[in-house]
Amino acid sequence: MQGTEDIAPLIPTIVGAGLIAIGAGIGLGMIGGKAMEAIARQPEAAGKIQTAMIIIAALLEGFAFAALLLG
Amino acid sequence: MFTAYLKTAFFALAFIAFAKANAQDHHERQLTEGEQIIFDEVDGGEYGEGDPVNTKTEVDNFIAHHLQDSHYLTLFEKADDHFFVSVPLPVLLWDNGLRVFMSSVFHHGEEIAEIDGNYYQLHHSKIYKVNGPEDFIPADVHHPENVKPFDISITKNVVTALLVGLIIFLIFGALAKQYKKRSIPKGFGRVLEPLVIYVRDEIAKPNIGEQKYRRFIGFLLTVFFFIWIANLLGLTPLGTNLTGNIAVTVGLALLTYLITTFSANKDYWKHIFWMPGVHWVMKIFFIPIELLGTLTKPFALLVRLYANITAGHVVLFTLLGAITVAKTDLSIGTGASVGFGIFYFILAIFITLIELLVAFLQAYIFTLLSALFIGMAVAEHDHPEHAHAEEDDIDEVRERFV
Repeated sequence: MQGTEDIAPLIPTIVGAGLIAIGAGIGLGMIGGKAMEAIARQPEAAGKIQTAMIIIAALLEGFAFAALLLG
Repeated sequence: MFTAYLKTAFFALAFIAFAKANAQDHHERQLTEGEQIIFDEVDGGEYGEGDPVNTKTEVDNFIAHHLQDSHYLTLFEKADDHFFVSVPLPVLLWDNGLRVFMSSVFHHGEEIAEIDGNYYQLHHSKIYKVNGPEDFIPADVHHPENVKPFDISITKNVVTALLVGLIIFLIFGALAKQYKKRSIPKGFGRVLEPLVIYVRDEIAKPNIGEQKYRRFIGFLLTVFFFIWIANLLGLTPLGTNLTGNIAVTVGLALLTYLITTFSANKDYWKHIFWMPGVHWVMKIFFIPIELLGTLTKPFALLVRLYANITAGHVVLFTLLGAITVAKTDLSIGTGASVGFGIFYFILAIFITLIELLVAFLQAYIFTLLSALFIGMAVAEHDHPEHAHAEEDDIDEVRERFV
């Protein structure tokens, strides 16, 4: 392994990436969880809910990736 | 059916033979020797005493090189030993006139090529003009000051894009021909027909509308299959990385942007420049926000596709590279490193399977969001009356309470 002084300047980037992962994870979890609840309540609307879920998940993913790239 | 397999096998063999012959032409080495060298490297036997064995940097370099565009179609390489199994691709330079030659003259950046009295060097996958046959750019200079001629070469990504186009042309040409004879396709057409119908019924119709979807279905189908097949090719040992290249995704998103902008109706522009139903002060505030919104939509499209595919490739190579790094950098025992290798190999297989899903999902999402944006631009709506009605309601409510 390399010395710690090589890794030190990378720490803000690593922590930032971790924060993005946490945020995106919470967001995706909420979207997925709510979609599951909605499908359980109204199984006949599963198709529509799935489409909406994927669109919102994709938008969230776009944000997360933009943040990762800029970071 | 059997002849189709034979044809595929023949082309694969011909490609490998061509690549191999090319490697031997220039470097006069056998493929088996090359494999031997790769194993040696894992053992650390290739390095002299005192040399730091830093395979982590090598893995990083390899990944960075893979993500870039290239003037060669490389199957195997071992740059330190000047060993390459690759197909040279045509180079097209605009430098006071078009200059066309094959990239084999560069010898993978090891030699300076003389073309019509000009000298060019391939330096970190980019072509620079140099002054003479011995005027090498130092390897550690990553952004040299030399003149960079305008490069419109048929690079690896261009070849991949053409290959994807050819695949789409062949499979859909065959499918279209079948519909002249029979109503139900056979063979591979049975895989394609449900996908086409899926794009039409689940993506185009609900998001653009029953009356208008026909104008855009060609674009949506093309984009869907182009991205999907390009993503799948990225998972083959060809080592292509088409949709993980930001220029390609910019091009695709630009198409969506242009189609959205030029097929937009009056209502769309009205909602951008003079949002109905809000106070005029807010209308002025909304203009820059809405204009920015038209640009962020394709930006989100291109970043998502690029980042997803890049991330997938990096994760795969990192997992495979971790096997080497574990052996050389952590210097653990042989048994432990074999266990490490097997573990990471299985992990890499699982990631590849996830990437298969991602390949489809990204094509689906790109098409879906494109359809959504086009649908927004062509939607007919009577919001003004709506908005006014709501305003009136609010006023009524207010009067009642105040």
